Order: sequence, then C-alpha cells, then structure tokens
Amino acid sequence: MTDDMSAIFREELRDLLESLERGLLDLKSRPTDTGLINQVFRDLHTVKGSGAMFGFTALAAFIHEFETVFDRVRAGVIPAGQEIVRLALAAKDEIPGLVDGDPDPDGRREAILGALRDIMAGQPVAEAGAEDLAGPPLARLRFRLTGAALAMGARPDILLEELRGLGAAHIVADVSAVPGLDRLDVDTCAIGWSMDLPAGVTFAQLEDVFLFVDADWQHDPVKAPTGADAPAPQDPTPAPPVAAMAPPPVETAPSVAAPPARDSRADAAGATIRVPAERLDGLMDSVGELVILEARLTELARESRDPALIATAEQITRLAAGLRDTTMTMRMVPMRSLVGRFRRLVLDLSDKLGKPVEFSVIGEDTELDKTVIEKLADPLVHILRNAIDHGMETAAERAASGKGGTGLIELSAAHAGAEVLIRVRDDGRGMDPARIRAKAMAQGLIAADTVLTDAQIFTLVFEPGFSTADRVTELSGRGVGMDVVRRTIESLRGSLEIESRLGEGTSVTLRLPLTLAIIEGLLIEVAGERYTLPMASVQEIVELPPEKTQPKRTGDFLDIRGRFVPFLRLRALFDCAGQPGPAQNVVIVMSGEHRVGLVVDRIVGTNQTVIKQMSKLHASVRAVSGATILGDGSVALILDVAHLVGMGRAQTEPQAAAREVAA
Amino acid sequence: MQKTVLTVDDSPSIRRMVALTLEEAGYTVIEAVDGQDGLKKALSQPVDAIITDQNMPNLDGLGFIRALRQNPAGKGVPIVVLSTDSEDVLKAQAREAGALGWMVKPFTQDKLLAVIRKVLG
Repeated sequence: MTDDMSAIFREELRDLLESLERGLLDLKSRPTDTGLINQVFRDLHTVKGSGAMFGFTALAAFIHEFETVFDRVRAGVIPAGQEIVRLALAAKDEIPGLVDGDPDPDGRREAILGALRDIMAGQPVAEAGAEDLAGPPLARLRFRLTGAALAMGARPDILLEELRGLGAAHIVADVSAVPGLDRLDVDTCAIGWSMDLPAGVTFAQLEDVFLFVDADWQHDPVKAPTGADAPAPQDPTPAPPVAAMAPPPVETAPSVAAPPARDSRADAAGATIRVPAERLDGLMDSVGELVILEARLTELARESRDPALIATAEQITRLAAGLRDTTMTMRMVPMRSLVGRFRRLVLDLSDKLGKPVEFSVIGEDTELDKTVIEKLADPLVHILRNAIDHGMETAAERAASGKGGTGLIELSAAHAGAEVLIRVRDDGRGMDPARIRAKAMAQGLIAADTVLTDAQIFTLVFEPGFSTADRVTELSGRGVGMDVVRRTIESLRGSLEIESRLGEGTSVTLRLPLTLAIIEGLLIEVAGERYTLPMASVQEIVELPPEKTQPKRTGDFLDIRGRFVPFLRLRALFDCAGQPGPAQNVVIVMSGEHRVGLVVDRIVGTNQTVIKQMSKLHASVRAVSGATILGDGSVALILDVAHLVGMGRAQTEPQAAAREVAA
Repeated sequence: MQKTVLTVDDSPSIRRMVALTLEEAGYTVIEAVDGQDGLKKALSQPVDAIITDQNMPNLDGLGFIRALRQNPAGKGVPIVVLSTDSEDVLKAQAREAGALGWMVKPFTQDKLLAVIRKVLG
C-alpha cells in the first residue's frame, strides 16, 4: 500500500466519520427514522469494507461488531436507544486511533465492544433517561385501593415502597377519580397508580405485596411501556431501572469512553449497584432532617447535664456526620460525564467557524454533586461557545500575530477546599476593556464618567443585554447567555471571575460549592440574631482592635500580617439598633482571590448547616443565600460570602485602586 | 420515632411473646387482656398498629374491631387479626369488620415482625 492510497482512504474516512457522527447525533432525536438507521449502517459498512481493503484489519474487526449491532437495529430487532447511540459515538471516536495504530492501553475499545455485545446478546442495557423504546421488556402494573382502605389502615405509600423494592419505575398517579373537596371521603383512596415493573416480577410476588389490602390490580406482563400514562421522555430525572434489571458484569470494564455505559452495569466484582437518583435525593433529605434533629438532641443533652445522654448525643453526632459524608459522596459525579459533549461541541464549532482549535481537558475525574453537574452543562456550553466564537482568532489572524495556527481551549476542573474550580481558558485575542466599556456605555449599562478597573469592566459582560459582537452569529452574540450563565452559577451558590489580557487570551473561572445540601457552618451573632457563614470560606477570626470600633471616613481596613483587608460592620449593614459589646470579633472570609472581614458581636460555634432555599419573595435579598434550622428550632440566615466580599471590594475599590497607583 | 403496637390477647404467653418480639425490634408494646380492655387502651392513647386475637372473653376480636372502627379515633389504625384457623370465612368477616390483615397461629417471631413491618412500613 502506498502512502498515496492511504491518504485517499484517510480522506474518505474523514468524510465517512463526519457523516456517521451526524447520522448518530440525528438518530438520538429520531431513533425510529429508518432512513437514518440505514445511512448509519451504510457508513459503517463502507468504513469496514474500505478499511479491510487498505489493510486496516484491526479497524475492520472492530467495526464488524459495531456493524452487527446496527444490522439488528436495521432489522428492527433492537431499537436505536440512547445507549446504542452513545456507544456508537464512543466507538466512532476510536476509529481514527485504530487507523493510526494507536495502542489502547486502558482497554477502552474492548469495553465498548463488550457493551455492544451485551446489547446484541439481548441483554438489556439499563438506560438512564431511557426513551423507553430501548428499555428492556417491562410489565405494566395498575392498581387502585378499593373499599374503605384508608380507614382500615392501608398505606399506599408502603405499597409503593414495596413495589419500588421490586423495581417499579415510572410510577404515575391517576388522580382522575379524585372528587371535589366537598365530596372527598377520607376513608377511601381515590388515587390509582400505574407503573412499569421489570419483567421478572412474578404474580406471587405481587400477591404478597397486596396481601393485606383490598386492591384492584392488573398486571400486564408483556405490554411494552409505551402507553399514554408513561411519563414524557424528557422527564428530567426518570428513575432508571434498578439492579434487578442490570445486565451481568462484563469481563473488562475499565475506563469506558462513554461513562454512562460504565455506570449502567454492575462492575466485575458486583460491588457497584445502580440506584435511582430520586432515592439518593430522598436519602439526602432524610439525612438533612437527621442532622437538624441531631443538633436539637445535642442541645437538649447539654441542657440536661446528664453524662449518659451527652455521651449518646455525641455518638449520634459522629454517626450523623459519617452518614452525611457517605450520602454526599454517593451523590458525587465526575466531570467526565459532562466533558464528552463539550469535545463534540468544540469540534463542531471549530469546523464551522474555520478556527482550528485544540481542546484539552484537565481533571475530568473531579467530582461534583450531581445537581451541580446537571446545572453546569448549559453555562459551560455558553462559555465554550463564547471562547471559540469571540475569543478565538482565525488561523490567519493568529499567524499574523505570531501565534501558532491552532488555538488552545483548556477546560480544567480541580478541588480547592470545599469548592470546585472550573476554568475555561483560551489563548485567543483576549478582551479589550476599552471596547467593552464603549459598548456598555452605548447600551446604557454604565455612565460615561464611571470609574472602573479592568476587572470590573470584564464583569460587565455578565450584565443582561450586553453583547460586544458586532454581528449576531447563529452561535452567539445575541446578548443572551452570559447573564444567564451568571444567574445559573449564582443559583448554585457559586461565583464567576474573568481574567483577560489583550492579545493573550481569556480565562473564565467558576467557583462552585462541592455540595448544595449540607455544609459546615460557623455560627455568629449580630445584635441578638444568629447567622451562619460557610466554614469553607472562613479564613481566620481576629479581634476588632479598639481603635477601629468607630467607622472611618476613609474606609475600614485591618492590617492582617502586613496586608490590608477591608471589613464590613454587619451591625451597620443589617441596620441593627443598639450598641455592640466591648469585644467584637472580625471573621475574615475569602471568596475567589479576595478577602473581607465581617465584624460580628460574638462567635457562637460551628454547626452542620442544612441549607434550605429561600422563597422567591426573598430573591432580591442579595446578602443572604439561604437559611438553616438550628438545634433550638430557630432559623439562622446563611450569609452569601461572595456577595459580601463583592460589597467590601466595591466600598473600598477606589481607595485600593488609589493605593495601587501610588505604589 | 418509635412506633407503638397494641397487642390484645387473653393468653398472657401470646401477649408476652408478641411484646418481646416487637420490643426487641424497637417497637413500644402495650398489652390488653380482652376486647373491652383493648378498646379502652386503643382509644386512650395513640397507637400505630393493633394485633388482636379473635376468641376472647367479654368482647371478641371482631366485636372489638367493629367498635373501634365506629369511633373516629379508631379509624385508620392497621389491625391484624390472629386466628387459629385460616378459614376464608373468618378472614372475610375480619375484613368486613375493618381488619387490614391476619396471621394464623402458630406463627414464628420472624413472621410476626414481617407482618408488622408490612402494615407499618
């Protein structure tokens, strides 16, 4: 084989892979489109055939397995479920490596093939977010309690729990028979339920569930769950089928290119099980309540002065902390699960815009709470789009400015204390403060005489309606996006920072809390009210020097080991009447790179802060990010450190800027 | 929170066996010696479940259940009937009276716990 021929094949391959990817992506949204399925099959077949002809036997063997599955999809034996498409995309991504003869040290290819073989063997691949079409055979169960069931002590919640234990999913309540309030009979249960059950559930098992209750129940063992009462497929958190339906372990399950595939099976030792996300949510809720009760118990024990009770309470505190940590770890999902789609996005955009970009990812294994991960996808898509669309220059522009032809976009994720830092960095043209300032003025976001540092100017891009793009592309530039990004990140109790150097690139850093449910808190008191500060952001606590007790006109600063730290008087901030005691403390908190001191009357102690969201009515209260319930049952507000630090900086920025100039 | 189970039986040994089994599993158990006593105890304090014998002096199991269900405070409490025979007629009568479940004597401690967990969750 000559190099020429090989080059021809590679060129053909590139086109085929493009077509294949397009087909697979389309198939995701139109899984029953036979035209698409045929096209995907044809592409695969051609890759295999040409590959074998040009001597790429490893490639041909690999594709063969892949093609066999699609043949069955084409024949209608296997539906083109999300799992197949995901595996197929992962397999597709392996093809260039196979052609180049790259080794596969971590067995990715074998894992993909193993998963494909499972599907072929008719082994149901449990699917999160399944479109049901691809799900395993399911049975349908409907039931309704008859007679005065509730008066007799029947508990539908217990029944549902038992059914869930058998693997019931997609449980839907039928409330059509619920009468008006005036005719509601508290003794009868007017709600019926329907659900999908794994096919393996026997009649006897169901009889056992309904042993003690008068219920009409219908078990339809073969019907596919496509009825109108099945929930909409876009249901954000559908309960994935449980372990009972999980496929048997595969021989090789090392890091698979498509992570959900790995998650969807028990590992080789059977040490991993799948659990519906809603159960984890339920567990987290229970743990939250437990932590609140535990705080109450500790308080009662302390008051009682009973050593035995105090010892027990302390043991419970330890256990609750362990339980909390385990539960939170169970909810952690690696960033990897997000990154796959970004690779494709970057690739597509770079192709579309003619800007060659290399996308590198660092820290894919960094884990975050699943709720955070879910909400992070859209903001990161926006930021990446902006980076390529606005940040990146074309190859020609790059060459003109002496940069390499290919731009670099780096997504990195790393833990920093109780926070996760996610950074999108590019080596593009950078942001021009003068241009942003002019735009912001033109759009009426700032006044002509507003004095702003570059860092402050950069944050203007997060203002609603801001856009520097001179033309609106289909990708970005409509001025929606970055403000939404900021809102989303803030709703996750995170913060955003932009750094940029003209001509050198931009980096956007997201700081996110590890978890949204329970945090370690520092309880403080201001004018008789208690507040909680996230312990992770507390740096140190110092005494307020006597000469600083009166506010200074030039702004309040503390000298912390030679560095000036601005501080805020919470009493003044919260408009508290009365005088503080003689000894006030200053809690130094940090957000991002910046520190600010908070003057408080008293430090109460640490506590487990179970975060409760504030109502919509409090959305405009910026200094507070949530509330928590204390051991004595009272409510303490959780202070929003990022916002307070921002206030501290805003109040002192002119002075700080002046000092910088002087220095 | 600890759940309270009322056991109504004229046989002290059965009552003790029920009480020991359930207490070991973390339930609080109240005992009553017959239907009359059971009615008094079930209505004077909150109970989460009741296990009652059928054949008892003064007021039998079915009578006890009917009387209890007529009282608004006695609605909604799951009641399990103990019987020595598994005749469907008795089961039907018990259901009619307002019992949720039944258990045939003799029973093992495991079976008792399983039944209580089934009705109490």
